[in-house]
Amino acid sequence: MLEDSVPLSHYLMLSATLFVIGIVGVLIRRNVIVVFMSIEIMLNAVNISLIAFDNYMNLSNGQIFSFMVICVAAAEVSVGLAIIIAVHRNKPTVNLDEFNLLKW
Amino acid sequence: MELLIFYPLAGFCVVLALGVVLNNSPVGSAISLIGMMLGLAGIFVLQQAHFLAILQIIIYAGAIMVLFMFVIMLLNLKEGDDTGWIARERNLLLSVLTGLLAVGILYKISGILFTAEMDTPAILPDSFGTVATIGETLFTDFVLPFEVASILLLAAMVGAVVLAKTKLD
Repeated sequence: MLEDSVPLSHYLMLSATLFVIGIVGVLIRRNVIVVFMSIEIMLNAVNISLIAFDNYMNLSNGQIFSFMVICVAAAEVSVGLAIIIAVHRNKPTVNLDEFNLLKW
Repeated sequence: MELLIFYPLAGFCVVLALGVVLNNSPVGSAISLIGMMLGLAGIFVLQQAHFLAILQIIIYAGAIMVLFMFVIMLLNLKEGDDTGWIARERNLLLSVLTGLLAVGILYKISGILFTAEMDTPAILPDSFGTVATIGETLFTDFVLPFEVASILLLAAMVGAVVLAKTKLD
């Protein structure tokens, strides 16, 4: 019993759950920092899927993809937070509904 | 053994992810997110992806979350700046629809996942997920994406510096 391993579908289910939590966070929260964190949750959820399939099929490609996802997440966070600081300088708020600078 | 570790760890991750979304203060959200990243590193270790687990801790729980904390402190965000997680009282209907959407997606995905026909998992060699194996794949099959990623990071670094500067000379 104890040497049974967890089936792939449970890892994928965990991944799907975290991804949906991330979607809900993006949709219901209006604080721009928390929306950013929800995007990070979604990126991590995809990493779980990639690594689970990788382990299942004995490949290394999925781990390289996860590595690239982590790279892109780092780039996205640094630029995104710089944009938040720049916007905050002009309009001191973090509420996404008030960020309508680019709207006509 | 994997069973005993996976389910508590998965529950821990899901609870902390919910904590990120439902927490009223951004600092609380950030701390929940750090905990979630550490839990996910544990799940990566269960999948024999040791190198990725270490990267997850160093890059996500270390670098990215420090950046988040730094910006939260810099912007001096206080609790209730966006009146918590039901920030759209005007659009309560939208929040309810979002919740229904989430439950619907999860229902569909679990329906597909638990009825799908799966092959037997591959037999893993001992070297699976070590730095040597990953490095070999990275520098043979994926050497071009690896170099492109370095250019991406350079561009992001320059972009972040330019965007956050008060005025350009």
